[in-house]
Amino acid sequence: MKNRKINYLRNSLLFGLIILINISCERDLSDEASNATFPKTAEVFIDAPVAMGSDFYFPYGGSKPTAWSVDSQVSYRGTASMRFDVPNANDPEGSYAGAIFRTEGAGRDLTGYDALTFYVKASQGVNIAEFGFGEDFFPNKYIATITNVSVGTNWQKVIIPIPDASKLVKERGMFRYAAGTQGTNSLGYTFWIDDLKFEKLGTILPLSASIMNGTNVTRTTFVGVTSTVTGVISTFNMPNGINQSVSVAPAYLNFVSSNPSVATVNDAGVVTPIAAGTATITATFNGQPTTGSLIINCTGTYINAPTPTLNPANVISIFSDAYTNVPVEYYNGYWQPWQTTVSNDFSVLGDNVLNYTNFNFVGIEFDGPTVNATSMTHFHMDAFIPGPIAPGRQLRVIVVDFGADGVFGGGDDTRHSTTFTAPTLVSQNWIPIEIPFSAMPGLLSRTNLAQIILEGGDNSILYVDNVYFHN
Amino acid sequence: MISIKNKNSLILSLSIVLLFNSCSTDEKQTVVTKNQLVMSDEFSVNGAPDSNLWSYNIGTGTDGWGNNELQYYTDRPVNIKVENGLLKITARREQYMGEAFTSARIISKGKFETKYGRLEARIKLPRGKGLWPAFWMLGSNSDTAIWPQCGEIDIMEYLGNSPTKVFGTVHGPGYSGGNAITKTFTLPNSRFDTDFHVFGIEWGENYINFYVDDVLYNQITPFDVTGDWVFNQPFYIILNMAVGGNYPGAPNSETPFPQEMLVDYIRVYQ
Repeated sequence: MKNRKINYLRNSLLFGLIILINISCERDLSDEASNATFPKTAEVFIDAPVAMGSDFYFPYGGSKPTAWSVDSQVSYRGTASMRFDVPNANDPEGSYAGAIFRTEGAGRDLTGYDALTFYVKASQGVNIAEFGFGEDFFPNKYIATITNVSVGTNWQKVIIPIPDASKLVKERGMFRYAAGTQGTNSLGYTFWIDDLKFEKLGTILPLSASIMNGTNVTRTTFVGVTSTVTGVISTFNMPNGINQSVSVAPAYLNFVSSNPSVATVNDAGVVTPIAAGTATITATFNGQPTTGSLIINCTGTYINAPTPTLNPANVISIFSDAYTNVPVEYYNGYWQPWQTTVSNDFSVLGDNVLNYTNFNFVGIEFDGPTVNATSMTHFHMDAFIPGPIAPGRQLRVIVVDFGADGVFGGGDDTRHSTTFTAPTLVSQNWIPIEIPFSAMPGLLSRTNLAQIILEGGDNSILYVDNVYFHN
Repeated sequence: MISIKNKNSLILSLSIVLLFNSCSTDEKQTVVTKNQLVMSDEFSVNGAPDSNLWSYNIGTGTDGWGNNELQYYTDRPVNIKVENGLLKITARREQYMGEAFTSARIISKGKFETKYGRLEARIKLPRGKGLWPAFWMLGSNSDTAIWPQCGEIDIMEYLGNSPTKVFGTVHGPGYSGGNAITKTFTLPNSRFDTDFHVFGIEWGENYINFYVDDVLYNQITPFDVTGDWVFNQPFYIILNMAVGGNYPGAPNSETPFPQEMLVDYIRVYQ
């Protein structure tokens, strides 16, 4: 068509124009260049690392630090590729392969791109757990990751959409990966990556995003106890028509609190309650609303349990910030089928609290090893019931000894249950529970203590703190 | 320094004007031999499509219009209407007359038929597996000369799960269906479901040229077809959006509904 000629003509004109500008404002350009801007380099690895500096590979803890190398025998294009040798799960140097590639210097300006792309193949068909970018150790503000990427034995192109490139004005986290052997019977394999670079494809369509995995999550909390928006997923329609989900850092989104006098939210999705009440945290992504929300139900200022004052030498602690706890297998055994209790443990400025919601009964177990409390005289715990005390409400505290065999059952287990009712049980105040072993005739031994069981709940909330034996 | 900057801006502005004049949208589409507008529908009157130009195909045809397509074509405004300067063909997932989807198809048969010319339409396409919109033509003798003898020119076909690709195709005796003469055009840096694009043919005696926007991407002549050349006769125009069928396959759980095929204009030059 004739237009081709016209385009050619236009290009010539444009070229002439550029020359004109260059001639007439040379000094102007050099002024521009003196301003601090960050390099827009797209390439991360072509036949060698590109503009990454000399110290850019940072393995994850527990991964095999030597998993990555440059392979001059294999390449998609050019002379070399990056080779990743994923170790066997029992490799003493590390049970998996994973690292970040962090460019030296201040970072790159990636605002002109819409994807990180590369070619990959593996020594066998495998699902690789994570590929992404935006992790810089630290604050890892703009991590974006695709998961469970199917990789075959022939080169294929992988495209990781940039959730919102306008945020990436000086990004150091050029690439990240994590690859294990969960799907390969713990046996290692190799994969290669080539032509790793940022691109402006123009063929990726952002569809939607969600927070809290698209659900409306309610969290009961206190003034000053922060919560973080999680489960941030954005979905893109890829050039091949398939929808690709990307796990993204909250910082890509803009958050808003429905009630800033109750709770505020910052750019990183951290929510800080400041007064009693309810506030709903929602987000927008690229100006569009997202699905899901975090509903903060702030009950006011948290009342800390009294800080224990006993000498640690006189205490065997199961759960307390004041003492070193013995090994505990679990603070909630989720005993089926009858247990309804769910743990939503929280921490208020360093004070950890067991929070049993929908509480009917719950078991705490510490049988590895069992606890010998023959030198102790009492069991202690602090309980807090935020809701009202219903008529007839009980709290039963059962101390269990596993007997000489040290294991559950076997015919030698003994236990004693102590029942508390009103007026001992009160609402909105810490209730000190103090039971002398002399008042537990059912407990025939305390050389192999292994469980504390709490019963009598009416599916309301129970906080527990400072669980220990003492003399 | 400031004054130099301003001067540059002025030069730049002038140049932009100059470039715009030398390369306006219309001129990009201009073909020396076919620049006389003989028909256009700009879809500027809200309501049903212009009945002087368009008729509806209603229902499912025979065997889903020969392709086991899954939609029931209607003339309801929820499936087809002109609004805000656009023709909107809307595919819906709904139970209707025994089918699971509805959509629309209009034809210019008996109202506008042409032998040769430059035909083009500016269209924004939908997204999702199973959607199969098209801007195409059939020989005006299609009632007597059974397809593919009547000839078919597919100016633009598109599948909703290939958002960067369109196809230009001719079907005729000995080269139809899977053996049709076709070529794919791929957008290098954009998608057909995010913006409007111009799809057209330049059609003359013994040639059909296919273009998208300012790119001519194929020419088909009697040399290229494996049978009789049946395109030196009048054809009529069809605009439709099919759902499912042998070619695109059925929609899947990720196919969003409703989906629109938006037509800004259709123009024919001689």
